[in-house]
Amino acid sequence: MTINIKRNSVLKHFQRYGALYIMLIIPMAILVLFKYVPMYGAQIAFRNYRITRSIESSPWVGFKYFEKFFDYYGFWPILRNTLTINLYSLLVFPLPLILAILLTHLPFKRMVKTVQNVSYIPHFVSTVVLCSMVIQFTNARTGLINAITAIFGAEPVNFMAHKEYFYPIYILSDLWRDLGYNSIIYIAALTGVSPDLHEAAIMDGASIIKRVWHIDIPSIMPTFCTLLIMRCGQMLTIGYEKVLLLQNSLNISVSEVISTYSYNISLNAASPQFSYAAAIGLFSAVVNLVLLATVNKLIGRTSGNSLW
Amino acid sequence: MSEIRKIFRRNSSGDNVFVIMDMLILLLLFVAILYPLLYVISSSFSGGQMLMGLSLVPKRVSLEGYKAVFEYSAVWNGYRNSIFYTLFGTVLAMVVTVLCAYPLSRTDFKPGKYAMGLCVFTMYFSGGLIPTYLTIRNYQMINTIWAVIVPNALSVYNMIVMRTYFKTQIPVELRESAQIDGCGDWRYLLQITLPLSGSVLGVVALYYAVARWNSYFTEMVYLQNRDMLPLQNILREILIINNPTTEMGISPEAEAKAAERSELLKYSVIVLASLPMMMMYPFFQKSFVKGVMVGSVKG
Repeated sequence: MTINIKRNSVLKHFQRYGALYIMLIIPMAILVLFKYVPMYGAQIAFRNYRITRSIESSPWVGFKYFEKFFDYYGFWPILRNTLTINLYSLLVFPLPLILAILLTHLPFKRMVKTVQNVSYIPHFVSTVVLCSMVIQFTNARTGLINAITAIFGAEPVNFMAHKEYFYPIYILSDLWRDLGYNSIIYIAALTGVSPDLHEAAIMDGASIIKRVWHIDIPSIMPTFCTLLIMRCGQMLTIGYEKVLLLQNSLNISVSEVISTYSYNISLNAASPQFSYAAAIGLFSAVVNLVLLATVNKLIGRTSGNSLW
Repeated sequence: MSEIRKIFRRNSSGDNVFVIMDMLILLLLFVAILYPLLYVISSSFSGGQMLMGLSLVPKRVSLEGYKAVFEYSAVWNGYRNSIFYTLFGTVLAMVVTVLCAYPLSRTDFKPGKYAMGLCVFTMYFSGGLIPTYLTIRNYQMINTIWAVIVPNALSVYNMIVMRTYFKTQIPVELRESAQIDGCGDWRYLLQITLPLSGSVLGVVALYYAVARWNSYFTEMVYLQNRDMLPLQNILREILIINNPTTEMGISPEAEAKAAERSELLKYSVIVLASLPMMMMYPFFQKSFVKGVMVGSVKG
C-alpha cells in the first residue's frame, strides 16, 4: 500500500515536472562535461601524466609537483608578484563606491547622466585593445603619456621597458576601463535607500558628509562586502589574460604571476609540463577557496555580511 | 543658471564645498575617460602620423589607416570569424541559459535546489586551465569552434541574473492561472515568460556577445589554425606581438616592415574592432543598467 502511494507520487512528480527535467538536460550536461569532468581530471596534479597515456594509467606521485613548485627558485618572486598586483587592486577596490557616492550627491542631474554614460563606454573595450592602447600611449617617441609629461618638462620615458611602471600601468588601465561599470551596482544600492532617511537628516541639519557617513555607507556595506568577498576568492587567478598581454622580457621579473607561469610552462611551452601546471592550478584554486571562506567568515563576524 | 544658484544658496557652506569638489572630480574623471577614446579615434584618421602633442585634431585628415586595414586580409578574415562566433555563440548561450534559468527559477520545483548548487559550486572552484584543456582535447574538440563556444555556453553568473528576473519580476499567479488553463511548461516558457523578459534577455545577450567578441585567451589556447582565429587574436599579433619592445628573434627587415604597417593601421584597427560593441551599447543602455541591478538582488 505505502509503496503504491510512493510510486504514485513519484509518477505524479514526473508528470508535473517532466518538462523542467528535460529543459535541464543540456545545461547540466554542459556543466558536467566542461566543469566537473575537468575537476576529476585535476588529479593529474598527483600523477605523472603524459599526453600519450590516459589519466588513470599514469602513476601516482603524491605531492611531488607541489613540492617542485614550492622549491622552484622563482616561487617566492611569483607569489610576491601575484600578491602585489592583488594588493594594489584591493587598494583601488573602494573607488567605484566613492564614484557612486559622488554621482548620487551631485545636484546637477544632466551632468551626472553624462558622466555616468561616458564612464560605461570603456567597459566594452576588449583586453587586447586596452593593452594595445596602453602600449601605444606609453611609447617613448609617439605616446600620449609622454606628450603630457613633456608639458611639465619631463624627459620621454619608454614606460613599458621599465618594470617599476608595470603595476601602475596595470592598475590604472583597469580603473579606466571598469571604474564606471563597477559603480553601477553601488548606484543601484544607493537609489534603493529610502529618500525619507535623507530628508529627515536634512531637516535635522546634517551635512552631505554626515549623510554619506551615516546613511550611504551603512546601506552600501552589504553590497560592498559581498563584492569584496567574491574578489578575495579570485586572488590567485584574476587578471592573467591582461598580464599575459602586457608581459615582456623587460618586465617579466615583476609581471610573472602564478597563472601566467602555469600557462607559460604548459600550453605556451615547447615541451608542456601538464602535471606540474595542473598542480599549480589546483594549488591556486584551493588557496582561492580557502581565502574566500576565511574572508567570508572574517567579514561575517565583524559586519554581519557574509555570502552564506 | 538660476537653478544652480538656488541650489548653492539653499545649501550650507560646507555642503557647497562638497558639491564644488564633487563637480571638479567628476569633470576630471569625465575628461580622463573620454580623452583616450577621442585620441584613438582622431589618431585613426591621421594616416599614421602623430597627432600634434595633446591636440585631438589630426595634422591632416587621411583615410590611409583604414585603407591599410582594408588591404590586410587577415584582419577581414578575423572580423568575419568574430562576427560568426559572436552570433552563433550568443544564440547557443541564450538557449542554454534560458533552459537552465527557467527551471531553477521555479520555487515549487524542489530538485532545482540541487541543480543550483551544482551551478554555484563552479563559481567558487574550477579544475583549472590544464585539466579543462586536456578534457576538451579528449573530446577531440581542439581546433574546432566547439571548443570555444560550447564550454562557454553557460555562464553561471548570467544564468543567476536571468533566474532572479524570472523569479522576482514575473508574478507566480500568472503561472498558476496558466496552469489551470492547461498551459504546459514549454508553452508557458515560450509564450509568456520570454515575451515578458525582454530587458533581461537583452542584457544577458549583450553580456555573452561582448564576452565572446572580446575574448582572445580561449581562442589562443584552442584554435591552432590561423584562419580560424577571431579578430582579437589578429589584433594581438599586429599590435602587441609585433611591437618592438616584446619582439625577439625575427629578422630586422621583417620587424621593420611589421612595425611600419602596425604604425599605419594600429589606431584604425582598434576603432574598427571596438565599433560593433560600442554601437550596440546605446540600444541596450537602459536595460544594461537594469540588468546589473537585477543581478545584484540576492535571489
